Amino acid sequence: MPSLRDYRDRIVSVKSTRKITSAMKMVAASKLRRAQEHAQASQPYAQAMAAMLARVARNVIVTDTSSKLLVGTGSEQRHLLVVVTADRGLCGGFNANVVRAARLKAAELLADGRDVSLVCVGRKGRDVLRRTHGSRILQSFLGLMGASKIEFAQANEVTEFVLEKFEAGEFDVCTLIYNEFVSVLVQKPVVQQLIPFNLPELAQTGDVALTEETTDSPYSFEPEEELILNALLPRNISVQIYRALLDSAAGEHAARMTAMENATRNAGDMIKGLTLKYNRARQAYITKELIEIISGAEAV
Amino acid sequence: MTQNIAFELVSPEDRLVSEPVSMAILPGEEGEFGVGANHSALVAALKPGVVELYKNDEKEPFRKIFIAGGFADVTGESCTVLAEEAVNVDDLKQDSLESTLKDLMEDIAHATDEVEKKRLRRRVDMTKARISALTGRLAL
Repeated sequence: MPSLRDYRDRIVSVKSTRKITSAMKMVAASKLRRAQEHAQASQPYAQAMAAMLARVARNVIVTDTSSKLLVGTGSEQRHLLVVVTADRGLCGGFNANVVRAARLKAAELLADGRDVSLVCVGRKGRDVLRRTHGSRILQSFLGLMGASKIEFAQANEVTEFVLEKFEAGEFDVCTLIYNEFVSVLVQKPVVQQLIPFNLPELAQTGDVALTEETTDSPYSFEPEEELILNALLPRNISVQIYRALLDSAAGEHAARMTAMENATRNAGDMIKGLTLKYNRARQAYITKELIEIISGAEAV
Repeated sequence: MTQNIAFELVSPEDRLVSEPVSMAILPGEEGEFGVGANHSALVAALKPGVVELYKNDEKEPFRKIFIAGGFADVTGESCTVLAEEAVNVDDLKQDSLESTLKDLMEDIAHATDEVEKKRLRRRVDMTKARISALTGRLAL
């Protein structure tokens, strides 16, 4: 039977926890707003890039000499997974979901007898994956997700690393795994293939405004379409990675906000329950003392 | 009154310009070119340089923007520039750029890592392009 003092101490401690979680929720909410704005600001560029790629790709005949980013290396043996998580925890299942998706994908590939290596963006993913796939992690990028604003140049560091490894022939297929920001309440882990680049998919998701009239109009290219395409493809990978980082950042804050809101509510419930118990114990104590006094008086 | 063309300049981080202009001059990889209304459809790669925007047949551009390379997508009605990085030329300061350049040069001298050197060299090129964007304008 805990004493009155025990109850009081627990109530105080839960109250201070609630203060922290509700503060974290507020901070996450304001960061979420900013992250969403950034994600929105990057939309026009991504759309224009997709439209341009679709346009150029229509005019290029894919041959064996085309960029390897487009046609692949002719093998599917070695896979590189880029896993985007948050740098910090306390955001519900946010990191765990991505890590689970990454593990599933890795297990699937390994079961097929493929080679898998990993690139981790975000501390949490690295910490967890290091335990199971330690030797497969090529590189980790930390501290990117914590910044108040993710610069495109930072996303480029990841892209450059990936492209360097690709040009060095260290992998054949590159897949990006990150949390897509669906809504404040929902973040969905997405597995997206980056290299080789899927053109038919692009034609579908590409610019809808490309009506027949514009698609048929003869475009001139300066320099030739091959060269432009070769320059566009690595750019497009940066854009995709940048978008993944922005989505992940917005998702992280949203997930933290939801998690902290729940934690705050739980703390409130706990305080209520503890206060009730405390009051009951106090009453029992008073009653006991009264009985003692009365029975003492009766005995006299 | 000349015809206008819808001009858009977007960088990965923001949409910087979205307004009609009578002419835009872009730093194409194979030479500068101007874009006006009813320009033939064109996709072009751009090198680091200055984008100049003109309004209503005025002789002077009303806006100059430095871009660190990119792509242009031109149709008869619209011109979209995808810039890797963009800054207003007016926001560039020659002194600070030159001091950055000096710092970068020193960093290169001290850098031992080959990858690091490559990265620094590219930043040097960018800074030089910026300075020439600025001084080229002053010289003209």
